[in-house]
Amino acid sequence: MHEHDVLVVGAGGAGLRAAIEAQEEGADVALVTKLHPVRSHTGAAEGGINAALHHKDSWDKHAYDTMKGSDYLGDAPAIDAFAQEARHEVIQLEHWGMPFSREEDGTVSQRPFGGLSYPRTTYAGAETGHHLLHTMYEQVVKRGIEVYDEWFVTRLAVTDEDDPSERTCHGIVAIEIATGEVHGFYARDGVILATGGLGEVFDHTTNAIACTGDGPAMAFRAGAPMEDMEFVQFHPTTLPSTGVLISEGVRGEGGILYNADEERFMFERGYANNEGELASRDVVSRAELTEVNEGRGIEDEYVHLDMRHLGADRIIDRLENILHLAEDFEGVDGLDDPMPVKPGQHYQMGGVEVDEYGHSCIDGLYAVGEAACYSLHGANRLGGNALPELMVFGARAGRHAAGGVEEESEIATGPGAKSEDGVVDSPVDLGAVSDPDPVATDGGTLATPEQALEAAVEAERTRIETLLERDGINHADVRDRVQQTMTQNVNVFREEANLKQALRDIREARTLYQEVAVRDPSRTYNTDIIHTIETRNVIDCAEAITVGALAREEFRGAHWRKQYQYRDDENWLKHTLYAWNGGEPELYYKPVILEGEEQTYEPKQRSY
Amino acid sequence: MSTQVKEQTEVDEEEQVSPGERRREKKRQLQREREQEILDAVDEAEQTVELKIFRFDPEVADKQEPRFDSFTVPFHRGMTVLDALIFARDKYDSSLTFRHSCRQAVCGSDALFINGRQRLACKTQMGELDWPVRVEPLPHQDVVKDLVVDMEHFYDQMHAVEPYFDPDELPDGELEAQTQSPENREKIKLSTRCIWCGACMSSCNIAAGDNKYLGPAAINKAYRFAMDEREGSDKKADRLRIIEQEHGVWRCQTQFSCTEVCPKDIPLTEHIQELKREAVKSNLKFW
Repeated sequence: MHEHDVLVVGAGGAGLRAAIEAQEEGADVALVTKLHPVRSHTGAAEGGINAALHHKDSWDKHAYDTMKGSDYLGDAPAIDAFAQEARHEVIQLEHWGMPFSREEDGTVSQRPFGGLSYPRTTYAGAETGHHLLHTMYEQVVKRGIEVYDEWFVTRLAVTDEDDPSERTCHGIVAIEIATGEVHGFYARDGVILATGGLGEVFDHTTNAIACTGDGPAMAFRAGAPMEDMEFVQFHPTTLPSTGVLISEGVRGEGGILYNADEERFMFERGYANNEGELASRDVVSRAELTEVNEGRGIEDEYVHLDMRHLGADRIIDRLENILHLAEDFEGVDGLDDPMPVKPGQHYQMGGVEVDEYGHSCIDGLYAVGEAACYSLHGANRLGGNALPELMVFGARAGRHAAGGVEEESEIATGPGAKSEDGVVDSPVDLGAVSDPDPVATDGGTLATPEQALEAAVEAERTRIETLLERDGINHADVRDRVQQTMTQNVNVFREEANLKQALRDIREARTLYQEVAVRDPSRTYNTDIIHTIETRNVIDCAEAITVGALAREEFRGAHWRKQYQYRDDENWLKHTLYAWNGGEPELYYKPVILEGEEQTYEPKQRSY
Repeated sequence: MSTQVKEQTEVDEEEQVSPGERRREKKRQLQREREQEILDAVDEAEQTVELKIFRFDPEVADKQEPRFDSFTVPFHRGMTVLDALIFARDKYDSSLTFRHSCRQAVCGSDALFINGRQRLACKTQMGELDWPVRVEPLPHQDVVKDLVVDMEHFYDQMHAVEPYFDPDELPDGELEAQTQSPENREKIKLSTRCIWCGACMSSCNIAAGDNKYLGPAAINKAYRFAMDEREGSDKKADRLRIIEQEHGVWRCQTQFSCTEVCPKDIPLTEHIQELKREAVKSNLKFW
């Protein structure tokens, strides 16, 4: 058994930042990641990091833009903390040597981004995430923080009280991929989930293949609800054949979108008369798909993003990476031709329900980064707000877990946070998740830390033995079904019949999953086991997204419903919670907090 | 061989212990659909391409002796080597093992030896290679299984150059950044693109013969900091001492093999040469 004060699961931006901060607070900390840290998908972030650094800008404007972008589903305590602390985090990155793009006088450059009232996006070319990830990994090496790389965390060791908010997380169970051995890790002070996104739920995504929603799914099974999962961001500019991301930085620098009739449709068709291409991402994605659906798409599939007029010098200086991506993955030279683009799954606004320190309702269990929902991004995340989020909340959770925070949090979590009206009537028939199979369930655990950990390790060994010994179907077929139905039915445009179809397909996938088996008999580097376990996480996340989407009868941010074309603040200004509830999932809601430090955010019409 | 589509009778229904006949039937149906889909995909493809893939597993009897397996996959325009590998694994043989993650040449997981050259599988187009396509693990590293090599030695060398920024002093003011001239940022730009894929190290003859040689990636990492005007002068001197040691920059014989294979087009050999010059200058200063 391994033992540390704080365990961080996942070593992308959020995990690395959490580990650094926990160590600075004096904790013995270890990172446990199924990849090597530098392979994490933070490295694929392109555009930039928002922070109100300029003397003409201010943090409360950044906070206001973020709240407006969230379509008023963000919680003010999280948004205010974020906008204030993002500034310090960016400067700290610079002090750690991050190679930011610079102005002539040597100061850090900032560029305009969608939904921002001031050009406050700092960046390092169009490969900002790569530089951020490597800069932070360098700091982890400098500090000698222990890294278990290529260890796949599959289960949390949590006590089994009835009320999730009385439970405690004492550790994790992980498979050492190289040997296939199952190990228990005891965490004296806390476990921080930083497992990233869940793009594998869809089949056209900018996410890595490793982004399988492991953190939210594990926490969900342990009793921490998933929050606002129906809010999925579809990025408007991804390459049609692969889903590779073309940064919003292209539009920030002046790139223009055209339909097949060579109309600049964002203006000419009235989608965003003021901001045009730089409207919020949900607005631009819907505009593109509307163009395609109304017959003005190119090859009935995509639109064009043109940056040629910016000139080769500026493109190479600020967007060179985009030229490589368009060439390598779509065969288009962005200096000579417009680039084909269409919306693709990009970012999950929802995640593990946590407070403004990343703490879930389960004592000692934290979540940060894309795996978490504080809630900062609400119904829609602004471009350039994910990277500062990693830094701000990674640091906050690391500090809290290591015992460095005295303040009480303002955001309530767990069953106690439920709205007074409790469970609302919803058109969703929830029903029990019937998966008695040891591969598909997480057994209950016991009261003491040792028992909780031992039981979790034992349950995991049983799962793996069962997977290896029995005959059955390939998980890839099950994952495929989920991806196809999600892309077809739970995409940018959502209709009731399609959502119900998706839910039926997901339930069928869940049943099928009880028949999966691993064909590779080897313990050595068995990726078949890893991917098979990931697929169950994909199913849990897909179900939470679809149930939330079906229940929410309004149009807010990234969530568009055909029958409900208006934001309904009277009935729906509240967060969706989806709780495991011992295998009989429960859907409930909690209020949004709009009272901030400097301002009370009044929901307004959101137009760009 | 693994390209053979499994017979439908392979799953013996009678012996299955499953909770319900409905589920069993569903499973059989899925199995049939799956086999048909693979057959159809291969049949309907205008072109198919053969992959010859290196296989090895120290634990599995018939894989202890390294061998090559053939897989026939349907070809489509735009198909990368990684796409083909994923098809082979998900449709034919789920034990086929390789690393991958981002699919867009930034995570550095899938550097492989493809048709005799180090390349990233995700950014190598099948259409641009001679067929059949031969895929092997990176040479000069221990093979863990199939296409997966042990990267520990590579990481150790990266860590050996103390790969982190160390300024003499930082600005005092709250929220005050250091300045860096655009020219200096440009100077280090290419060196900062390294994704730690290990292609350069694998291609290097010197590294193959001298296990202690720092190698092109680690030296490039040292370059990235030593040439950054924000870094402190003491640290730069330290760094030059590290890369100057017996198994450092002087080992490089400027064969340019690292530069040729780098998927991020980093001029590695030039960076090594420039550090040799810096080391000489630094030594003159201290003597």
